[in-house]
Amino acid sequence: MPRRGAPPEVNAGSMADIAFLLLIFFLVTTTIETDAGLDRMLPPIEPPEDNVVIKQKNIFTVNINKNGQLLVEEELTDLKKLREKAVAFLDNGGAAQGTPDYCSYCKGKHNPDSSDNPQKAIISLKNDRETKYGTYITVQNELVGAYNDLRNREAQRLYGRDFTEMEAEYLNPETPSKIRDELKEKVQKIQDLFPQKLSEAETSTTN
Amino acid sequence: MAKFNKKKSGDLPAVSTASLPDIVFMLLFFFMTVTTMKDSTLLVENTLPNASEVKKLEKKDRVIYIYVGKPTREYQKVFGTEPKIQLNDKYASVAEVGDYVLEERAKKPQELQNVLTTALKVDKDANMGLISDIKQELRKVNALKVNYTTYEGDAFRNLQ
Repeated sequence: MPRRGAPPEVNAGSMADIAFLLLIFFLVTTTIETDAGLDRMLPPIEPPEDNVVIKQKNIFTVNINKNGQLLVEEELTDLKKLREKAVAFLDNGGAAQGTPDYCSYCKGKHNPDSSDNPQKAIISLKNDRETKYGTYITVQNELVGAYNDLRNREAQRLYGRDFTEMEAEYLNPETPSKIRDELKEKVQKIQDLFPQKLSEAETSTTN
Repeated sequence: MAKFNKKKSGDLPAVSTASLPDIVFMLLFFFMTVTTMKDSTLLVENTLPNASEVKKLEKKDRVIYIYVGKPTREYQKVFGTEPKIQLNDKYASVAEVGDYVLEERAKKPQELQNVLTTALKVDKDANMGLISDIKQELRKVNALKVNYTTYEGDAFRNLQ
């Protein structure tokens, strides 16, 4: 019996063309969006039932006027100095040693006229209706940055790595759940050391 | 020496293009997986501000977008140059924001309804008055988690 010839090959030459066509379509429609931004929580609309009295010294007021100028603690301040001032305020630890409010990890000046400890320290942000959004974001960024600086410092001290890095890994959905559980505890701990208390609503004050 | 002679005498072999489709398909699949179809055309100018302390918005299905900015050039004759809110494909007033968020929330699966984030994509030249109004509306419908969407960069460039 004579050997049969191989079956005729299907011409696949145009496959590349078809694939290219699809490729170009997806190339054109693709927008690799990397949405990132500043996460914030708005205060609930119902006011809390018990009217908490907050000492004036535990509030760090930041006012932005319509020209983008800053009034920090009744003092005209350059935007570049804001982070420094916020860190100094949060990290102050003004409560005396031995009192329940004493902050053992604060490295600030322990000035009794500034915030007692980071748990009590509140940053109050007010802005004019004509403030530019860009300025507002810069201020928000600096305040979040102040918190992140302090949290990073504590995370470095306790766990030897940056808080922001730990948080990013914790929030990343691709991180295995075992590592995430481990990270959750650490992230929570650091957040408790420096809770983000950034108020944009009216705060009742007494002296 | 015969070896070399032999080679010289042969024709230049054609480069095989048989693996070309494979390569192209690989690229194709890459782009297919990363593609997100743009679902709304922008009617407002949207130059986001810069910020350095950003967090990524990981899951797209948990985000509701609100755009704010000046109308783009072709709409400026009709709508003026005051910043406006864009929801889906049309301009909206502040009072409509709450309804829009509730509507979008109802469209999402039950288990996601409590973890939604509202992404505010605001042009950096918009005024805070409008943003405050939007935030007030969001508080009314209890959509408290917001994300001020920004570009990653030096925050002080916003001031120029």
